[in-house]
Amino acid sequence: MTAATVTRTVSRHALLLLGAVVMILPFIWMLTTSMEQGGFRNYAEAWKEVPFGRYFLNTLLVTFLTVLGVVVTSSLAAYAFATMRFRGSGFLFMLFLSTMMVPQPVYLVPSYIILSKLHWIDTFAALIIPWTANVFSIFLLQQHFKTIPRSLYEAALLDGCSTFGYLWRVVLPLSRSVLVTVILFDVISSWNSFMWPLVVTNSESMRVLQVGLSYFNQEAASNFPLLMAASTFCTLPLLVLFVLAQRQIVSSYSRSGLKD
Amino acid sequence: MKRWPRFLTPLYYILPAFAVVIVFRILPILSSFAVSFSDYDIGGFRRFSGLYNFERMLSDPRFWESVANTVYYVLGVVPLGIVLPLFLAVLLRGRLAGKAFYRTIYFLPVVTSSVAVSVVWTWLFNPDSGPVNGIIRMLGGQPLMWLREPRGIFEMAFAPLGLNLDGMLAGPSLALCSIMIVTIWKNIGYNTVLFLAGLENIPGEYYEAARLDGAGAWSTFRHITWPLLSPTTYYVLIMSTITAFQAFALVYVMTPPPGGGPLGTTNLIVFYLYQKAFDRFDIGYASAISVFLFLVLLGLTILQRRIAGRRVVYE
Repeated sequence: MTAATVTRTVSRHALLLLGAVVMILPFIWMLTTSMEQGGFRNYAEAWKEVPFGRYFLNTLLVTFLTVLGVVVTSSLAAYAFATMRFRGSGFLFMLFLSTMMVPQPVYLVPSYIILSKLHWIDTFAALIIPWTANVFSIFLLQQHFKTIPRSLYEAALLDGCSTFGYLWRVVLPLSRSVLVTVILFDVISSWNSFMWPLVVTNSESMRVLQVGLSYFNQEAASNFPLLMAASTFCTLPLLVLFVLAQRQIVSSYSRSGLKD
Repeated sequence: MKRWPRFLTPLYYILPAFAVVIVFRILPILSSFAVSFSDYDIGGFRRFSGLYNFERMLSDPRFWESVANTVYYVLGVVPLGIVLPLFLAVLLRGRLAGKAFYRTIYFLPVVTSSVAVSVVWTWLFNPDSGPVNGIIRMLGGQPLMWLREPRGIFEMAFAPLGLNLDGMLAGPSLALCSIMIVTIWKNIGYNTVLFLAGLENIPGEYYEAARLDGAGAWSTFRHITWPLLSPTTYYVLIMSTITAFQAFALVYVMTPPPGGGPLGTTNLIVFYLYQKAFDRFDIGYASAISVFLFLVLLGLTILQRRIAGRRVVYE
């Protein structure tokens, strides 16, 4: 190695480390402040102050059922769009995709009206059902399903496989990595979603973690150790998931960005 | 007997997703237009009121305040949210020890919820005991009010020189700039990862050739990286603009309602829309704002496609 390359590598690391410190410091401050004046007792106290246990269960239930719904509806729809030719399929697919262009705040108000007409405000149905179809997931799966050779389909049919059987026994097992991507995306967005649950629920017992944390932030405005403890346990599950599935998550995000 | 089930099969498969998309996406999108043309409040639909909501909107100073703040916010967040990640991605490109480590650290805020991020940064920016002012004091500087500061940053910067800037010249409030800082911090990792993926797609031979020609770091960037990365840059530009216009959670948690921050200086469009719809139940008016937002985003996407789209180099 020449002196120039050594200098270059060292300065690269110096800049990257500086960036890393800026990124990690808020997390470290969150942890150290959460331990001030009482250590782990802050965690117990924050947990009791407002029903965070209930919020956790709500969030787990909502996330689980939303993701389950997305996986089922998206696999079915993507399968039809990828393998079946039918009248209007192109139009229908474009119609689906075009809804992706419309940002959430635009349809938030009328969605609220529809949910209140259905008497779903402040119910799990309002938190879950509108999110059980995800056009982006359909798109990701459809793109992948299309790459599975058609000959496989014909061979499976000759062996007496039904249309659904082919999806279940051949297509889905061949799509594990895309399914993981879809699941990770939806777990993260469902766990972190805030605006929707804030709008469609009112009662304390229906709050999800993010909504509960934002109310707790207003109530315990200056008790920073408790607030940091609460922030820590609200983010911990996803941070653990991220550390465990770091490679898949980062590559999923980077792949999703370059979809066209 | 054999014909019709085959014709119907695709419908069975599409139906579950289709039902949800129709009821909770397409129907609301279409009805937001209808609601924006009507008098609609907590008691429900009253009557069609033509353009009345839009007339109110155009003569509502709070609405224009939210538009101005949003423009500031977008202009602050988007360019920096491209330049910094691009710089980091260039540093990370190629073989480097600890690459995965850096990527993980930069990405942490992306998977952290906006609410938790806001709660933590509210504490960091706390004027009395927060660590940010702590560092400033340690370095001998003047502590700032951060999220509680309604004065514009240009106003603050030029005040010591005896210049008195006000109105639009005062610039975005320090409170809004604090929110911009948090936004950029939260999204840096995502854009870095996108740029990095784009960079790794550029064939190494180009860089090899540039090195043999004795090209410096800047000219390599200018003549190889920048043009060949343009599809990614273009995508990041469009996506970050669209996302920035929709900012809500950070504003809502860091400068909670009522009000929208000190003297309304962090009142952004979506935040205003939310307050109109769900605090005041002025639903017709809120829908007019959402239609406005939709048209702005649509217009911007088309414009960016026209202008930037031409400059994009596809191999």
